[in-house]
Amino acid sequence: MSNIFSLISDKDSKGTSSATETQEYFVNMGPQHPSTHGVLRLLLTLDGEIIRKVEPHIGYIHRSIEKMCEKDSYQQIVHLTDRMDYLSCHMNNEAVCLAVEKGLQLEVPDRVKFIRTIISELTRLSSHQLWWGVMGMDLGAITTFLYGFRDREQITDIFEETCGARLTMNYNVPGGVMFDIHPNFQKRTKDFLKYFKEKLPEYDELLTGNVIFVERTKDIGYLSKEDAISFGVTGPSGRASGFACDVRKKDPYSAYDRVDFKEIIRTDCDSFGRYKVRIAEMYESLHIIEQLIDNIPEGDFKAKTKAVIKLPPGEYYQRVETARGELGVYVISDNKKSPYRVKFRSPGFSNLFALDTMAKGYKIADLVAMMSTLDLVIPDIDR
Amino acid sequence: MNFSIYDFTEFIRSIHFWLTGIFSPGLADVIGLAIIGVCFLLFVTLLGLSLVYVERKVAAFFQQRLGPMRVGFWGTAQTVADIIKLIFKEPLVTKNSDKFLFNLAAFIVLIAPFMVIGAVPFAKGLHALDFDIGLFYITAVSSIGVTGILLAGWSSNNKYSLIGAMRSGAQIVSYELSVVLSLITIVVLTGSLQLSEIVASQSDGWWIFKGNIPAIIAFIIFIVASTAESNRGPFDLAEAESELTAGFHTEYSGIRFAFFFLAEYVNFFIIAAVGATVFFGGWMPLHIGNIEFFNNAMDVIPPVIWFFGKVVVLLFLIMWFKWTFPRLRIDQLLTLEWKYLLPISIVNILLMSLVALNGWHL
Repeated sequence: MSNIFSLISDKDSKGTSSATETQEYFVNMGPQHPSTHGVLRLLLTLDGEIIRKVEPHIGYIHRSIEKMCEKDSYQQIVHLTDRMDYLSCHMNNEAVCLAVEKGLQLEVPDRVKFIRTIISELTRLSSHQLWWGVMGMDLGAITTFLYGFRDREQITDIFEETCGARLTMNYNVPGGVMFDIHPNFQKRTKDFLKYFKEKLPEYDELLTGNVIFVERTKDIGYLSKEDAISFGVTGPSGRASGFACDVRKKDPYSAYDRVDFKEIIRTDCDSFGRYKVRIAEMYESLHIIEQLIDNIPEGDFKAKTKAVIKLPPGEYYQRVETARGELGVYVISDNKKSPYRVKFRSPGFSNLFALDTMAKGYKIADLVAMMSTLDLVIPDIDR
Repeated sequence: MNFSIYDFTEFIRSIHFWLTGIFSPGLADVIGLAIIGVCFLLFVTLLGLSLVYVERKVAAFFQQRLGPMRVGFWGTAQTVADIIKLIFKEPLVTKNSDKFLFNLAAFIVLIAPFMVIGAVPFAKGLHALDFDIGLFYITAVSSIGVTGILLAGWSSNNKYSLIGAMRSGAQIVSYELSVVLSLITIVVLTGSLQLSEIVASQSDGWWIFKGNIPAIIAFIIFIVASTAESNRGPFDLAEAESELTAGFHTEYSGIRFAFFFLAEYVNFFIIAAVGATVFFGGWMPLHIGNIEFFNNAMDVIPPVIWFFGKVVVLLFLIMWFKWTFPRLRIDQLLTLEWKYLLPISIVNILLMSLVALNGWHL
């Protein structure tokens, strides 16, 4: 019974040519569509239900953040990055702050590093929780959506208490964090860890073990390691293709060099692999927070910086691991109070363009599964 | 008029005599039919309203939230408010669509459940159409609905609608086979297609208990296949929200959309009603063999309550897996039917014939 659909061969889903004369047709998926989760427009070339080509058309939510950065001070740039990948806002902030600190050659206090790492991992958890819920919803199991949000609420509550905001937190500033952590922070985080450790197995029960779910995702959206590397697919999506691309391991920043955690790598290369990587990453995030939460060192929550930051002329690059993959910040400074040029290498953009390679030959319903396992956030793609 | 909640035969008959006493026989028949029609209209409307509310509440409780709470006590008037909103909405028609078929489709989908619901035995004597081929009639008429769905998808001039309609056409036509075969499995035991006789044959126990293993297999197949036939639960590919926005009824608005919605819920009720009638004895109380005391105690509960109780249990079961499972893909759906359910049900009929021949059932 566990493999009730196993007779469905790959040949079926990849489509064999039929004897009758058929015509390919186009369907616009988006910009307004329930499963694109934003204003992404995919131009699909279909043969019946089988996908022949996926052409992503982007730019519907382009706000020219990179250009806006050129007139803002470095402190202000941090605020803009919240609006890129809003689900990993803290990591985006952190990337800019780390780049600025690199330019200033500023050593931030240990306390800041610990706080940043903990909040980063909480953000990753909340992002993955939302992804999990939405993934289920895309595949038709609407209940998962509310389960995901139930647990995410606990984390946003912690954020609210820490910095006043729930989604676009703005907690980082160059040199440290905006405020010290709330006195309750450690206790609440530990309560959350305890709570979520009980709830996380529920995720597996509800979705991972489900026959329909496994059949909908296994061997769907194959992305080989070579393709993943050439498209620059990073984050959980890349790691599911066997591409070891975790910046936290490769190029540790903040307190990641002081914690023990595994880089989750799978070689399934399919949607189910990408799903499993994220589920396993949630366990790893819990593990990281556990190691840090009791050992936050005393000290300042912010290193002293000047009111007007001017980076020495030069080019600075900093990459961080967001919930979606590798975010790079490239800053060119000409010794003014705002940068000469800023470029973000956003993970969503690279991940999206692997979709055509992944989706060819599968069905429309599979495309939805692929898009959810790539975990696209559209403002991150358009910026 | 001698009204009894346990047996409606006398009550219906006295209404009939009263009508024929006042009007000429032909007119009396017409008036009688009109009364029945109005009764069903009211019933279907109430059914739609209450089922939508129940579904929303059940879904909410599965999802750890409260559901509608604001309109009326515990949100009970929410669906009424929704219907009023839908009635007053502008019925939009898409450009270049086939307007005649577009309008017609919404009515066709509603015709099928109306015709079926007449054949459902609600209680002893409370049964509008009691043919000798009742079960055959139900399965035949219920497939008219797919015409409406196909027309809706075709005439909308929308590719999503068309894909949804084609999916749903393929789905309904395939799953009908399994539904019919699973029902025939029980007909092997009853020896009659007449619904009143099917119910009467379960007076000493329901077929799900009496019919040995094949009856249980048939019931499982029936539940799976009929859920698929009504485009619900994990088989809602025709309106797969995340893929096709809303499938065949994407372009419908206002009261026509409400028709599709209503038809879906009435079909949902019909599945449960047919399932309850064939497998769980319909309005027949739970009787165990010859245990007089127990049987008499069960008879105290009116048949209408028994019928609706069973229906509610089945409805809840179907809702339960709708709100738990992810959706299947179209090829998986058809594979499930043609490679698994259909062969199993054919073998199951043979098995049931063997059981019936050897008298292994109770």
